[in-house]
Amino acid sequence: MPGWTWPGTTETLRAVALRAAKPLALVLVCVPFAWLAVDVALDRLGANPVEAVLHRTGDWALRLLLCTLAVTPLRRLTGWQWPARLRRILGLAAFAYAAAHAATWLLLDRGLVWEEVVADVLKRPYVTLGFSALVLLVPLALTSTRAMMRRLGRNWQRLHRLVYPAAVLAVLHFVWLAKAGRLEPLVYGTALAVLLLARVPTRLRRGATAAGA
Amino acid sequence: MARHRVPRIRSSEITPQAVWEGRREFLRLALGATAALAVPVAAGDVDATLATAFPGLVRTDLGAGLKPTAREVFTSYNNFVELGSGKEAPAENAHLLRLRPWAVRVDGECEAPGEIGIDDILGRFPQEERIYRFRCVEAWSAVVPWVGVPLRDFLARFKPTSKARYVAFQSVHDPKNLPGQRRPVLAWPYVEGLRIDEATHPLTLLATGCYGRPLPGQNGAPVRLVVPWKYGFKSAKSLVRISFVEQMPQTTWSKLQPDEYGFYANVNPSVDHPRWSQKRERRLGEGLLASRHPTAMYNGYETEVAGLYAGMDLARHY
Repeated sequence: MPGWTWPGTTETLRAVALRAAKPLALVLVCVPFAWLAVDVALDRLGANPVEAVLHRTGDWALRLLLCTLAVTPLRRLTGWQWPARLRRILGLAAFAYAAAHAATWLLLDRGLVWEEVVADVLKRPYVTLGFSALVLLVPLALTSTRAMMRRLGRNWQRLHRLVYPAAVLAVLHFVWLAKAGRLEPLVYGTALAVLLLARVPTRLRRGATAAGA
Repeated sequence: MARHRVPRIRSSEITPQAVWEGRREFLRLALGATAALAVPVAAGDVDATLATAFPGLVRTDLGAGLKPTAREVFTSYNNFVELGSGKEAPAENAHLLRLRPWAVRVDGECEAPGEIGIDDILGRFPQEERIYRFRCVEAWSAVVPWVGVPLRDFLARFKPTSKARYVAFQSVHDPKNLPGQRRPVLAWPYVEGLRIDEATHPLTLLATGCYGRPLPGQNGAPVRLVVPWKYGFKSAKSLVRISFVEQMPQTTWSKLQPDEYGFYANVNPSVDHPRWSQKRERRLGEGLLASRHPTAMYNGYETEVAGLYAGMDLARHY
């Protein structure tokens, strides 16, 4: 053991990390939004700024949703405690970007032409998928407070399993609209598959224990 | 040759003056930076310098009422999969296109097949400027001042026979240098096609430049097709071969996704793409708060080209 450590250092560091994780995460999830705001202000969004805002908010919604799903596997794999503390922030941020994405589409891209909006949601599968994903995230955002967790008890966890279909719909939404030959939808699809499959062994073990008991 | 009048444009379709002038500002800044001590360059002089790229350029009144999209907008947002996927990659990778030597082979059902170098195309055919609307199948659009030769004048040199019912266009194939061609994204080389009457229509242009300058790589240098009443993917870029053929050519996108991309691909607001509506289009360079423009039948060239498709079911022949 190096000479400069003394008993308690690791514990202190761990405590600091635990305490710093949340505020740091909160700042980090706001960075893409701040960056986008700067690009809007400086008119740096290129030839098709509406599309740029649409893509960037959509990308970050998807990334943060996948980060949320990475919390549990990461904790199991490493034994770290701090990822679990970030789940609410990550989930709410994913919802915020998804809502911004939908609002951009509705206001800036479609210009609130309601006949077209309704027709798109009903007729265009990629819009239907994306819209459904957002709808599934709404109750999760609304019940994300500690009070709601207490109030819902066991049902809270059941309700929050909606994040799985939401993530699947969101990835399909991206796959469906992407042009032939683009790699990104595949990358997100693979990441989602890995994160979902990572849960299978635990589920199976839990199932076996339940059956054995 | 009959002069074709272009219908007048609605004022709502016109690129805002600020955007258009932004281009001049950009050029002035760029030039100003390199010649800070020289006489200040006025906007008018900048345009004059640009025109010298094509000595003897004939200015036509085609599209006289249209305000072009800013040059830096139309040259930074492109679909050219050979140079990479995404809208910015083609401009970033444009230097990978080897532009000299460059020749276009013309063959098939014609009496005088042959190969013509790009410098001969530029030297032997009077180049003219025409301002056309450009509408992508992805529902975005622009207004572009092209420079080029009416394709019919070019094709006539090779004396097509009566068997020449279609014309096939083949783009550059150079997987060693072009990153997109190292992946089987599309069936390379890119092939497009027109019916002979479409190819010889007075509006169809063999373009060698835009904005008064030679075509940038990302826009299809050194020579490309421009068919203004069809979706942009019909206007094949960086051409190396033009063939007169008897049968309808198998074209790249319609082979890959026949339900999404047809052979005709005429701009038509009433026939939707299976995944999105074609009723309205987003004009490039108009900013975050601009709304979409209604898409016009045949991209606004209905008077000129509707006759080509008389009696055809346009929902079936999309």
